Amino acid sequence: MNTTTTQPSGAGTGSPANEMRRGSLPNHFPAMLLASCAAVVAGILLAFSSFGFLLWGLLTAVAYVVIIATASARVEGGRKAKDRLVTAVVYGCFLVAMLPLVSVLWTVLRNGIVRFDGYFLSVSMSGVLPSMDAGGVYHAIVGTLAITGMATLISVPIGVMTAIYLVEYAEGRLKRIIIFFVDVMTGIPSIVAGLFVVALWMILFGPGETNGAAGAIALSVLMIPVVVRSSEEMLRLVPQDLREASYALGVPKWRTITRVVLPTSAGGLTTGIMLAIARVIGETAPLILTTGSSATAINWNLFDGQMMNLPVFIYSQVRMGGAVNYERAWAAALTLILVVMLLFFLARIIGRMFAPKTR
Amino acid sequence: MTTTDAPEAAPPPTGKRRIGDVAFAGLARGSGLLILLILAGVAAFLVIQAWPSLTANTANFLASTEWDPNVREEPAFGVAALAFGTVLAAAIALLLATPVAIGIALFIVFYAPRRIASVLGYLVDLLAAIPSVVYGLWGIGFLAPELVPVYQAMVRYLGWIPLFSGPASTSARTMLTAGVVLAVMILPIITAMSRDVFQQTPQGHREAALAMGATRWEMIRLAVLPFGKSGVIGGAMLGLGRALGETMAVAMILSPALIVSWDLLQSGNQTIAAHIALQYPEATGYGVSALIAAGLVLFAITLIVNMAARYVVSRGSKES
Repeated sequence: MNTTTTQPSGAGTGSPANEMRRGSLPNHFPAMLLASCAAVVAGILLAFSSFGFLLWGLLTAVAYVVIIATASARVEGGRKAKDRLVTAVVYGCFLVAMLPLVSVLWTVLRNGIVRFDGYFLSVSMSGVLPSMDAGGVYHAIVGTLAITGMATLISVPIGVMTAIYLVEYAEGRLKRIIIFFVDVMTGIPSIVAGLFVVALWMILFGPGETNGAAGAIALSVLMIPVVVRSSEEMLRLVPQDLREASYALGVPKWRTITRVVLPTSAGGLTTGIMLAIARVIGETAPLILTTGSSATAINWNLFDGQMMNLPVFIYSQVRMGGAVNYERAWAAALTLILVVMLLFFLARIIGRMFAPKTR
Repeated sequence: MTTTDAPEAAPPPTGKRRIGDVAFAGLARGSGLLILLILAGVAAFLVIQAWPSLTANTANFLASTEWDPNVREEPAFGVAALAFGTVLAAAIALLLATPVAIGIALFIVFYAPRRIASVLGYLVDLLAAIPSVVYGLWGIGFLAPELVPVYQAMVRYLGWIPLFSGPASTSARTMLTAGVVLAVMILPIITAMSRDVFQQTPQGHREAALAMGATRWEMIRLAVLPFGKSGVIGGAMLGLGRALGETMAVAMILSPALIVSWDLLQSGNQTIAAHIALQYPEATGYGVSALIAAGLVLFAITLIVNMAARYVVSRGSKES
């Protein structure tokens, strides 16, 4: 075991043989050290009566990293110390990423719950002045459902059919071109999709025309590539044997696709589509340009007049800037997040229910 | 020509082609072509509608920093300040997000307990599920007030660095705040790409490193990072593309000014996307057309960044 020939890096201190004889820190040492660092730092901060969770976490992390690195360098040598240091940093990275997630969800919940009730969800802002202590988001929910629904109706057929083309039919150059441009389309900034519809509408209907359909088309531009990518992946999971069994029975290719391939991948396709909906339902920038941001009444007609929706509602309330407006914005944000989370969990459940079919 | 390697290229039943087959294949092909058409349409309509203002513009569109297109005659506008702000905000976001994202990806693939690793990955993906307008609301309603004392401390102790020169904004509605929020928003995409390539590191390389007595970090440095480099770079560039085009977080947080300024702790600067969202409702005269021209610049920048990212990623996966 203790041959001295190969050592992967020159990070060690002392000769390799020396390194083998070094001791190692006990297994539970990091956990104990972390706990004691946290306790000591909390004690010091409380003594100076300047306790804050962020400060506490930060100082604990610094103390832990310094102590474990020096302790390990003393007992285990430089290479092990570096390893322990990196381990601490990598854990820290993950915790740092969780901070904004927890913070966003917590602030939205805490501030949104103030106004979030049956009244808020069931009335519109029609006849409500911005500073009045009244009004709700019903009209925005209606708009979000209508616009996202229409965007889904446009995107799903185009997206799924393109995926079918890429998986079942396409070959050679055209296939590569379409795959490349679907990737490019994924990267279109949402505001540019909005501007595209503005430009199109100016040519078709003249300037200043805003309605729900324009928003739906802008969202479709963003949604189609997402649907294509996820559907393509799902269709590729369908075993080739199933297709060949179908061909062997003399079933034509298009019947094979509609009767064998699509039903087999139905669960995955639905999951992908719901994730795509969740992705675009919170899009704001294109809707500010296309559906207008001043509608206050309930409007079910996609082709006539401005149409409020949840993201734009949040934005326009923030722009008004009063205390009541902020309360409304938070409550609407809570509504929007609940809708998105619901879609996410439904997608997970559907995906899990249908997933084993292919294996 | 390349039919042999494609698994889906199994020969359909021979004989004469049925009408259903022809129609269905046509429909599928038509959808694919429609996507190309839509993309071409995006570029074409933007150019058509931007043209009137660009030809009427009396200032240099690429070099000027003023924005005065809302008139019937002699509009003068340029995207220099906006383009600078866009790149600056995205660069801050990228610098903050990339190291953390690599750390998270390493954590999920190599450090987290196997059983909960996928759940932890799902938590990071949830960051991508939060709508941008909610991030904006969080940024202005919660984060910015919290950052005011931090910025004051930074000015006091780090003020000698030109980027952090004071006086610090009293509302913290600055470029750095916007950059922090953008960093959070692009974290999931960089993490996801890095995770994918780290997971593909050949088992043999990893075990060889460990068998030679390497610690976990040495294994990562010797086997994983060199293998995953192109994937991480590609992921970072996709994140950059996202950050360049992100509208709402910047529009709601930043207190804008059309200037070219490196002072991250003072209000000022503006990005193309946020400028479009804020100016559009008030645009008259050549205003809308000028905003479309600005959007065209943004489209071009993101297009180049995204294409470069795809190129880096695909070249990396071919090498392995």
